[in-house]
Amino acid sequence: MVPPPPFTEGIFPCSECHKEMRPNPTRRELKDEHADIQLKNHAEKERWCLDCHDMKNRDKLRLVSGEQIDFTESYRLCGQCHGDKYRDWRSGIHGKRTGQWNGKKQYLLCAHCHNPHNPRFKELQPMPPPMRPENIR
Amino acid sequence: MSDREEHDEHVFRLTRRKALKGLALGIGTMVLPAKDASASVWDSFFQKNFRELSRPERQKILARLEKEYSATYKKSVRVKDTPSPEGVLFGYGLDLSRCVGCRRCVYGCVTENNQSRDPQVHWIKVLRLSKERGVDLEHSEQYYNPATVPQEGYFYMPVQCQQCENPPCTKVCPVQATWKETDGIVVVDYNWCIGCRYCMAACPYGARHFNWKAPGLPAGEMNPETHYLGNRPRPVGVVEKCTFCMQRTREPDGKYPACVEVCPVGARKFGNLLDPTSEIRNVIENKRVFILKEDLNTQPKFYYFYSV
Ligand code: SF4
Ligand code: SF4
Repeated sequence: MVPPPPFTEGIFPCSECHKEMRPNPTRRELKDEHADIQLKNHAEKERWCLDCHDMKNRDKLRLVSGEQIDFTESYRLCGQCHGDKYRDWRSGIHGKRTGQWNGKKQYLLCAHCHNPHNPRFKELQPMPPPMRPENIR
Repeated sequence: MSDREEHDEHVFRLTRRKALKGLALGIGTMVLPAKDASASVWDSFFQKNFRELSRPERQKILARLEKEYSATYKKSVRVKDTPSPEGVLFGYGLDLSRCVGCRRCVYGCVTENNQSRDPQVHWIKVLRLSKERGVDLEHSEQYYNPATVPQEGYFYMPVQCQQCENPPCTKVCPVQATWKETDGIVVVDYNWCIGCRYCMAACPYGARHFNWKAPGLPAGEMNPETHYLGNRPRPVGVVEKCTFCMQRTREPDGKYPACVEVCPVGARKFGNLLDPTSEIRNVIENKRVFILKEDLNTQPKFYYFYSV
């Protein structure tokens, strides 16, 4: 495993702020904090924060079963809906592995490549095209 | 060794001997080392085919090359000759439903494998194809250059040496300077290659590249971890190609090829085809897979697949 993707600077542990607050389980748009986090292309009509973030322990994620898991295990959370990708990821087809083909490997987690709140892969600038033969001297 | 290979070796020995004899008579057109050439230049000129060398002879050659390269590139350069690992047949997978055509692999390869920067040599070529036409190479475009990729309506197909199980390139070499090793990697002995470029004409994938000029490889960018049959610096006038990064993959701590490591979307898969638990076997057994120009019976070990 590689270190999990970094959090926004200064945001973890979540309990740091949340321990002073009373949890509000009502589904709503967040206005004061986390206003920058927008669920996009990710079934935003059906879901909101507390479907994945645990209400009681803010430093944990939460599976449908109620089990609390660490952020380092987020792939189990993603795998609840994306079972086919989860299977492919575990067998080395989906996602990226580095290290040794015949030994120790590092597996990138879902959130290394996909922003969990807006998971569509971001477009990239391509590296320069090859030179045309007539321009190679 | 099969009869066929013995026969072939016999042929190339004769051919080389004839060539040298011709030179001795002064009718050869090959360039001889200059009169004031150093002993090492003459050494390499009379070097045997790499496969015929004894262990001590090999060691001497590797040491000579290490000394030469270290002086040229001003760093300690290693030249290995690690043989094919036992029980391994390398295979490669490329996920066409993931590749975004970003060309990170092209440049990752150049850096790892000491390709010439100027004149430019690229072992990987990324083709852009339209989704409407599908895999239609006639209509592919390799010079695409939009601000961002992937572009709507297109998919991308990187092409490099397919490490054919039945390689046409090695068969046409008049001096047997190129051959397939037991791990399936097709290699070139740059010291034996005469630069006739028959193999380039024979390869249906455009995977072989010729050094028309002395490769331009800045000392600072030279990768000093090299293999004799792989990424060591090449001289002018020889053919080169992808070797599945043998300087990495053949070691006991077999690292993934550089292109696998650099691909930002994880489209590239690599492993041992003889290991039923390997990632590459998994791909072949569970996904839709195809090989390029199957009808030519080259039997590539480079599998394009669709993960979705
Ligand atoms: S680096 Fe990966 S995504 Fe980019 S062109 Fe190469 S194979 Fe495709
Ligand atoms: S792709 Fe071309 S260079 Fe590579 S093994 Fe096949 S014929 Fe030879």
